[in-house]
Amino acid sequence: MAFQEIALPQSLGTTGSITERLHELVVTVDHKKLGLMYIGTALIFLIVSGSMAGLIRAQLAVPNNDLISPQVFNRLFTMHGTAMIFLFGMPIVAGLMNYLVPLMIGARDMAFPRLNAFGYWMFLFGGLLLFFSYLAAPGLSGHGSAPDVGWFAYAPLTGRAFSQGHSTDYWILALLVSGIGSIVSAINVIATIVSLRCKGMTLMRMPLFVWLMLIVSGMILSALPPLTAAQIMLLLDRFLGSRFFDTQAGGSAVLWQHFFWIFGHPEVYILMIPGFACVSEIIPVFSRKPMFGYPMMVAATVMIGSISMSVWAHHMFSVGMTSVGNTFFAVSTMLVGIPTGIKIFNWLGTMYGGKIRFELPMIFCIGFLFQFLIAGLTGIMLGVAPFNWQLTDSYFVVAHFHYVLIGGLLFTIFAAIYYWYPKAFGRMLDRKLGLWHFWLFLIGFHLTFDPQHIAGILGMPRRIYTFDPGRGWEIYNLISSIGAIFQAAGLLCLVANLLLSLRKGERAGDDPWDAWTLEWTTTSPPPEYNFETLPEVRSRRPLWDLKHPKDPDWKYE
Amino acid sequence: MTPRLLKRPGSLWPGRKSALPLALATGMLAGTVYAGAPGQITNIFEPLSTPAESVYQSALLTLAICAVIFLIVGGLLLYTTIRFRRRAGDDSLEPPQIYGSNQIELAWTVIPILIVFVLVLVTARTTADVQNQPALPDSLNVTVVGHQWWWEIRYPELGIVTANELHVPVSNAAKRKLTFLRLESADVAHSFWVPQLAGKTDLIPNRVNVMWIEPKQVGTYLGNCAEYCGTQHARMLVRVIAHEPEDFARWAAAQQETGVEEPRVKDGRQLFFATSCINCHAIRGTVAKGRFGPDLTHLMSRDTLASGAARNTPEKLRGWMRNPQTIKDGALMPDMKLSDEELDHITAYLQTLK
Amino acid sequence: MISEDAFRMPVNLAEWRLPSRRKVAVACLIATEAAMFTIFVVAYLYYLGKSLTGPYPAQVLETPILSTICLLGSSLTIVVAERALRRANRGGFQLWWAFTILLAAVFLGATASEWHRLITVHHLTISTNLFGTTFYSLVGLHASHVVVGVTLLGLILVLSLRGHVKNEHHEHVEMISWYWHFVDAVWVVVFTVVYVIGR
Repeated sequence: MAFQEIALPQSLGTTGSITERLHELVVTVDHKKLGLMYIGTALIFLIVSGSMAGLIRAQLAVPNNDLISPQVFNRLFTMHGTAMIFLFGMPIVAGLMNYLVPLMIGARDMAFPRLNAFGYWMFLFGGLLLFFSYLAAPGLSGHGSAPDVGWFAYAPLTGRAFSQGHSTDYWILALLVSGIGSIVSAINVIATIVSLRCKGMTLMRMPLFVWLMLIVSGMILSALPPLTAAQIMLLLDRFLGSRFFDTQAGGSAVLWQHFFWIFGHPEVYILMIPGFACVSEIIPVFSRKPMFGYPMMVAATVMIGSISMSVWAHHMFSVGMTSVGNTFFAVSTMLVGIPTGIKIFNWLGTMYGGKIRFELPMIFCIGFLFQFLIAGLTGIMLGVAPFNWQLTDSYFVVAHFHYVLIGGLLFTIFAAIYYWYPKAFGRMLDRKLGLWHFWLFLIGFHLTFDPQHIAGILGMPRRIYTFDPGRGWEIYNLISSIGAIFQAAGLLCLVANLLLSLRKGERAGDDPWDAWTLEWTTTSPPPEYNFETLPEVRSRRPLWDLKHPKDPDWKYE
Repeated sequence: MTPRLLKRPGSLWPGRKSALPLALATGMLAGTVYAGAPGQITNIFEPLSTPAESVYQSALLTLAICAVIFLIVGGLLLYTTIRFRRRAGDDSLEPPQIYGSNQIELAWTVIPILIVFVLVLVTARTTADVQNQPALPDSLNVTVVGHQWWWEIRYPELGIVTANELHVPVSNAAKRKLTFLRLESADVAHSFWVPQLAGKTDLIPNRVNVMWIEPKQVGTYLGNCAEYCGTQHARMLVRVIAHEPEDFARWAAAQQETGVEEPRVKDGRQLFFATSCINCHAIRGTVAKGRFGPDLTHLMSRDTLASGAARNTPEKLRGWMRNPQTIKDGALMPDMKLSDEELDHITAYLQTLK
Repeated sequence: MISEDAFRMPVNLAEWRLPSRRKVAVACLIATEAAMFTIFVVAYLYYLGKSLTGPYPAQVLETPILSTICLLGSSLTIVVAERALRRANRGGFQLWWAFTILLAAVFLGATASEWHRLITVHHLTISTNLFGTTFYSLVGLHASHVVVGVTLLGLILVLSLRGHVKNEHHEHVEMISWYWHFVDAVWVVVFTVVYVIGR
């Protein structure tokens, strides 16, 4: 690969008036712009949905609080969960995939750039549709407003009889529309990875990030359709009077649960594995060692992807399956924990013997490692079916999945932001502000979610808008609510950092972190065509090979 | 272009321990202050009934294993983060580039498999023990029907129907007395959760689930509905009151009686039957046979109204009838728009339903 | 600067050939659609025999032999059409392509007539019972995919009649035919589940 020093303009998209720049975003098919649009929109939904969580915590801070009525509360937790998963989690994943995969495989764009744009706009419209329900769902009957059936919308609560007005219909339609965006993204990513890798980049020479995104995309293709199917069935029930989940006509409420969780469980891995992908790029660079056990990491993730399709009923241990059924799903759940645990050991092995640099991406990764370890262990507890009978549907499980999604996924997203922002915008994020972000958020996260484990152990069910005093839950809820303030403060620091650093950040150059994958061989930000000449690679770390010509990777791999 | 090397190592040490073990210990300690009796604190680690005890045993083992894993892996993480940090003034030589190690990777695959094996055995055993318990001679059979947002409780063999409070006899080692609950639902999915008695089991329409409890201590066990079922899911509490066998027999006999007609509440009684109360409520021995709302035959024998939303006092009862939404916003009982006088009469009548 | 060693490739990169992106994408689409159909089939099988009231499958279903032959036959005609295109036989391609569309239209017409009979004569609708629910949703989902397929086929026919479809587009046309074969394969499954097992 020839290195030529060419001064490229540091442009953040086009220069021009606001209208010109907005127009550019509306018509763009460039994977980098679309990736940033996905991520930016997702962050906005994060803040909106996070504010909802703030309101929830305000209501639950004291017993018998009447800050928020039960009807509004039930909408809040439904919208919070739905928006976080579908309007923050999925698009953040899509954004990272779309921005980074072509750069990492040495391609000029995704396989289908227009399809990429289509996917983004479907996601956005789906999201707007969901929130539009606040305005439009009451309709003529006055019933409704935003959906209030919980993010997993169990039947028959979602049937016409129990969910009047159109709130549930908005839930269904919004997710169908944005779900199309997810599926389309997945197809695009698979086609890109399979068909557009640069010369020499065999599958086992791809960055681990790319491998994991390939697996995630495969999972999306198999996990989203059950949700789509179930939602179509629910739509038919609600509009055409079909009987899929109409228990009065012999329909089965448990069937909805099966279909939903056949989607729902792989979904949480679809959210988490991209976090693993980011961490698998960042930890090696900041430990100054290659990923420990690359082939095993690939194999473990493939195993997670496939086994995760067989664990779904661990969300249904209390539904009344036979002891054989319950035991089967407990076994599969614990089996999927093995490759997941192995990945922690591999990251540990990468750090061990290294020279760890505590830059912000790495700091967030270290937080992730501890927190994900705990999340995994509470997950094992939940996998032991009898223990699950006490823990499920309580604040213990709320604590568990927030540990996975915030302590795990969100921390890796933060790490990814600090790591790749310089590549996308040509500027470093401010370190001091970043440390404030980290510490405030860390304290807030633990204040909020650590006590919730105990509230659950003391019998506090989830999805309740208030509780009586004297149950022993008061102190844990109060601490939990205080934590929300710290998290908000931490997020504020991040947002400020993102905006201020656009103009004021230190110039990044091509490769501020001394990293090894292809995206660091081009300018920051990359030109629209990504690479001057398409690269040819011989190993997993092409830039390492160039920097260490006497000691290249391809001699040892 | 030379890659930039940031020479300043991290100035703020990011390592820290999790607060969870500390919090967990505190919580469990706090719970044990109220050692071994049913009450307001419903700690799953204070089981007072056989199924809850079985769950507790499996939970302890699981917790112990997880704690060990946490200490080892967490400890290694901590150690690694400290030991292998880049020191200030370090030269810029890269550390040895290790790509993997088959032996190490094998070891840390095999050990988790063994741990999982142990957990699977424990799980299978406990699951079977709890779920496949056969009925013992003279077990009590109760049918619990979930409604939005109250519990209908029927004793088919005793001819008793009540609501929100489940009375059962205690069990002792000499003469075990189990209570089997047949769980059904009249509308949406609910879940029966009395933490100190057993794990949760769902009530799902068009499906029958069976669970059992075996309280070992006399007292009132508190529980909640644990499956989101709509607006007032939060206020769908259930109380299980365990009696000595003789007391239970006395309670059952009293419940089986139908009310005596007291002349002094004739006005209230007539009002009750004239207005649409009887469309939803039943009072055994009268024409009131409504099934939509709770059975009121022995309303005054209950501690609370509206499945735990208010204490059962005359004022609260009157307030409930005046406008249920003020006590339980969203409750399906409509505001009957009764006048003050009508309310007084009906309250007086209901007060006689002991 | 960079040593030449770093550039010497042991692998002969002149033969660096990766699968066609089009094929990968359509294969993914088929996989994801198959997953969705699977759920409807599972619902159908789960609810077999669980309807609380009639009409019941054995009473009202008539095996759709003609429409099945037409639809499966259309898989053959589309292959013939593709071969013609590869041999640059535009007229042959258009003829066999139109024949495919015709066979699909017969299938759709037969489905419509069957539904008409079920609704007006047997009073079976999607809300009648579990059988009606699962029958109309599964068969309907398949039929909607046939409609989409016919639309795509029609578009190609129009483009071809205007002279835009040439030999070099054979892979594009092949992708449409892959979708079409998938729709036919789904019919084999639906037919077996509804008209063979389900009765």
